[in-house]
Amino acid sequence: MLSLQPRGYVSTLWSWGSPILALVLTALVSGGIFALMGHPPVLTVYTFLVSPLFAPDGLAALAVKAAPLVMMGVGLSLAYRANIWNIGTEGQFTLGAIAAGGLALALPDAPGWTLFPAMIAAGIVGGALWALVVAWLRTSFNANEILTSLMLTYVAQYLLVYLVTGPWRDPRGFGFPQTAMFSDAAAGPRLVEGSNLHLGLVLAPVIAAAAWLVLEKTVLGFQLQVLGQAPRAARFAGFNENRLIWLAMAISGGLAGLAGMFEVTGTQGQLTTTSSPGYGFTAIIVAFLGRLNPLGVVPAGLLLALTYLGGDAAQIELGMSNAITGIFQGILLFCLLGADVLILHQPRWRPRHLTKSSPVPGAGT
Amino acid sequence: MTTILVNLLVSVMAAATPLLLAAVGELVVERVAVLNLGVEGMMLVGAIAGFATAHETGNLVLALCAALAAGMLLSSVFALLTLTLQANQTATGLALTIFGRGFSALVGAGYVGIAAPTLPHLHIPVLSDLPVLGPVLFGYDPLVYLALASLVAVAWFLARTHAGLIMRAVGDQHDAAHVLGYKVIRIRYLAVLFGGAMAGIAGAYMSLAYTPLWAQDMIAGRGWVALALVTFAAWRPFWLLIGAWLFGGIMYLSLYVQGLGVPVPSAFLSALPYIGTIVVLVLISRDRRRIALHRPAMLGRAFNATG
Repeated sequence: MLSLQPRGYVSTLWSWGSPILALVLTALVSGGIFALMGHPPVLTVYTFLVSPLFAPDGLAALAVKAAPLVMMGVGLSLAYRANIWNIGTEGQFTLGAIAAGGLALALPDAPGWTLFPAMIAAGIVGGALWALVVAWLRTSFNANEILTSLMLTYVAQYLLVYLVTGPWRDPRGFGFPQTAMFSDAAAGPRLVEGSNLHLGLVLAPVIAAAAWLVLEKTVLGFQLQVLGQAPRAARFAGFNENRLIWLAMAISGGLAGLAGMFEVTGTQGQLTTTSSPGYGFTAIIVAFLGRLNPLGVVPAGLLLALTYLGGDAAQIELGMSNAITGIFQGILLFCLLGADVLILHQPRWRPRHLTKSSPVPGAGT
Repeated sequence: MTTILVNLLVSVMAAATPLLLAAVGELVVERVAVLNLGVEGMMLVGAIAGFATAHETGNLVLALCAALAAGMLLSSVFALLTLTLQANQTATGLALTIFGRGFSALVGAGYVGIAAPTLPHLHIPVLSDLPVLGPVLFGYDPLVYLALASLVAVAWFLARTHAGLIMRAVGDQHDAAHVLGYKVIRIRYLAVLFGGAMAGIAGAYMSLAYTPLWAQDMIAGRGWVALALVTFAAWRPFWLLIGAWLFGGIMYLSLYVQGLGVPVPSAFLSALPYIGTIVVLVLISRDRRRIALHRPAMLGRAFNATG
């Protein structure tokens, strides 16, 4: 039977090979599922993964979708490296959008050069504060951050619904649950005049590079890594664990808020009840696919952005529900986590009678 | 007054049932030290599997079997990845939820806004017709009783049987259990599959009894609340019941107050169960010693027999 033998070292080959293997497996498995559901597998996978790239403006659309995913994925990779499981980026994204959008609505006549930087700050602060609630509950009350950050995502969503159906609803919006359009000044500078290529597209890779420097070249980054890999060692070394939790939550939340700010100002131009198409949860996959390495997050973000375009393409060209984006993302994460076993283990084929050895005392530690 | 009280009790019981079903399953999973964060996804897949089968065949027993099988199938993927391939449990659980959301939405796209047969309510002659006691004790659908029965069975199994003792040993000291010759991985597989089956049925309760229709993301965080419940109960079965009633009560309250037309924005009331969960979680987690005392010692840790 097949057994897994610990390599005893980290395989560099498979650290990079596993995402590629995972992608191939994902295409095969999702093709199989589509076939079972009565869709032509090859055409569906092609339409989903390849055709969006050749569409007019396909690459621009890809970059616009990837920017928020990369920003959030970078923040999450820092937090996850430290074993701090912020899974509420969806809510922090929403709060960033609310804070920045609220500012734009409150100051419709402000000039762009003051309004836009203020909105950036508001987005970051909004997302970070929402995440710091989680940090506070964890450090002061020992509450599990996975559950509290997720619950706060629902609260954030209802807060957004309240605002866009209540006090912030556009009086001339025919009763639709949406705010008025932001002023032109709030849209910020564009890379190409009149396009939706906003400033965030440039910022996202810069943030990724900066985060990589922090993680690899600073004491803070070292402390975060030690906290994640050997929490006891971190305690003996005298690292302030609570401070690290607050910092990691603030960074991941702040970047999620920034992503939310760019999404509503850069591409949507108003707040609606569906300001985030689930980017917060997708960012979790981006972080893992990027090997929890801020630089790896950039290609991972581009790939996951493709799954959104692919969902739209499958809907338009094949008449399928764009929910296949979620299926594809889930399978991709499954395959990646499964393929990652090869980084630390070597598969070995052994005849059955050899595997029947009695357990060795003290084994399995 | 009595009618209001009876309605309250019956509604809280109904709201508590899906939480209880899923939490009983997750409690068993966590007692063998596995943390499956995919409850929400398994519930969603169970909900659509049950609903679609009920709609297509009209057979509710078949529908429940389908929901159970769907939950188990998804949990078997989790088991394969985390137990055999030793993938990170947190990440795999999240993947389960992400996949479950997408899969249920895709399959369910054709079932939005249509009807399926719903679970009938029990009617025992005489007993169910009793005033007050009738509806409060003898008037539910079968899954409510199944939830309570499974709770009692799990509590008894864990505390009073030899197999339950082995399971607790696997959760608290897997190396020792392994040396004694118990199949740690096999036992964990069985527990994870049980958790998946219960989550699947909990999902079917939502789509066939609680709000008998299919809507995208209809579980609305109940899977996560069930996870919080297990921590709330400090991994002790009977506390799950108190927790389920508490959370069910908060959920009912937010619906009930919305129905009264109180001048509070409905979004705030809808957010109440989630805020309530956070508050309860905070209150319960404050006592680190109590958590440490009851928490399965190996929770979330991989086991690797190098034999």
